[in-house]
Amino acid sequence: MTMPHPDLVAVLAGILGVLVLASAIGFVLQRKLSPDGSNAVVENLNDRIRAWWVMVVLMGLALIGGKTGVTLLFGFCSFAALREFITLTDTRRADHWALAAAFFVVLPVQYYLIWIEWYGLYSIFIPVYAFLLMPIIAATRGDTDHFLIRIAEVQWALMICVFATSHVPALLSLDIAGYEGRNVLLIAFLVIVVQISDVLQYVWGKLLGRTKIAPKLSPSKTVEGFVGGALSATAVGAGLSWMTPFTPLQAAFLALVIVLMGFFGGLVMSAIKRDRGVKDWGNLIAGHGGFIDRLDSVVFSAPIFFHLVRYGWSAV
Amino acid sequence: MRRVAAGLAGALILFLARFVTAVRGRWAGVEPTDEQRIYFANHASHGDFVLIWTVLPRRMRFSTRPVAGSDYWLKSGPRRFIGRDVFDAVLIDRDRDSRTSDPVTQMTEALDAGSSLIVFPEGTRNMTETRLLPFKSGLFHLAQARPDVALVPTWIDNLNRVMPKGEFVPIPLICTVTFGAPLRLADGEAKPDFLARAEAALLALSPKANAS
Repeated sequence: MTMPHPDLVAVLAGILGVLVLASAIGFVLQRKLSPDGSNAVVENLNDRIRAWWVMVVLMGLALIGGKTGVTLLFGFCSFAALREFITLTDTRRADHWALAAAFFVVLPVQYYLIWIEWYGLYSIFIPVYAFLLMPIIAATRGDTDHFLIRIAEVQWALMICVFATSHVPALLSLDIAGYEGRNVLLIAFLVIVVQISDVLQYVWGKLLGRTKIAPKLSPSKTVEGFVGGALSATAVGAGLSWMTPFTPLQAAFLALVIVLMGFFGGLVMSAIKRDRGVKDWGNLIAGHGGFIDRLDSVVFSAPIFFHLVRYGWSAV
Repeated sequence: MRRVAAGLAGALILFLARFVTAVRGRWAGVEPTDEQRIYFANHASHGDFVLIWTVLPRRMRFSTRPVAGSDYWLKSGPRRFIGRDVFDAVLIDRDRDSRTSDPVTQMTEALDAGSSLIVFPEGTRNMTETRLLPFKSGLFHLAQARPDVALVPTWIDNLNRVMPKGEFVPIPLICTVTFGAPLRLADGEAKPDFLARAEAALLALSPKANAS
């Protein structure tokens, strides 16, 4: 294995620093406000910080592991997200083979195509081939009850959980002049901007959130939190331009796009949760809900970010 | 040698169960403490007791034995290995005419030896659209024989969707196992009353019961 790029080491060291600081703050808050574990906000904060540690360690290892690490990590994220998504849909006996194909054929093939960097096929494999194949498999079983809804649900699950998510490792295949060997930093940029934006929206919302954006969808999202979070995350993105092939202004623009897509992605995924009558997609990560609860913003921004960078900066 | 193989097979089965179902235990009426219990659960899949086993804390897992039908679990070598060596199941003969030992006696013996039990009072796997089949009377006789042991209703959700009858490829879906408040046989409680109470306690844990 080759040594990780110095910029990556710097990024990871910076994230560790932030986490150590967050853990220290969480510890002090707990001693002061919630010594007996009674303050729900503080306990949730500490749960989140603990889960952050796990995520950062996994993400860091994946980035250091390069293409193999990142592809495996996001392949597993896709699997876990698809499992959560399908759990909440009303599948029937007749969908069994279509679902088996989604998990054990479509998902691995999509990641294999990403691995061999076959752009022409991985960008249409799910929207075209899986889109036509799934209903064919389901139709052969002859159960027509709610057919359109069932097929649409599986197709949505594949688009969100597999297709969109797989555009994160796809960033590694972009060929950017003068940026060779540093593509993992594009992933770090995307993930950091999305997650910082989530945190900052939460913080701004808690500080001066008054006007709710979509009370029916997501009661905690406020205009003040959104604007404050989006602007400050854009600023952070601009400040991170040193790890990207972008100028500070370009980095700010891309960060803004990422933040907007992430925000609206979160709203869409909330709408699906409300429709299904659940609060979280799953319960795998303490304080964070399920995988999709953590991934939703990344999922919506990854394909857009990928294509903007591809059209704007990539040689291919 | 056989014990090492059983230990490895057990660990592999637990890993697969976690990987496919990401199963989580919800302790809704009882804490996961190390006391002797009879877990009685709905039965839709051969994997049911594996899921209960998976969510039990490690210490409790090794003192908890599933009660299962010998007609299924003694049929072939691999099944015998899994049923006897890996899960140490209390294997009972469900056929009244051929059996040589009484199932309730077998279960009370296992209890007296200190084990907790996992029982499926429906007596067979539920392949119907109804959520629960009528309970057999074994649970009542067991409660009568050992009235001090807590009976914990245990609802296994979603496993029937993971592997419907007749399919052999599992679909990875998230499952939950919900443990409800324990019940005991009341003084002078008649068999039908007790069984009805136990059925209601189990059904009340199903998410569908809570949704409607």
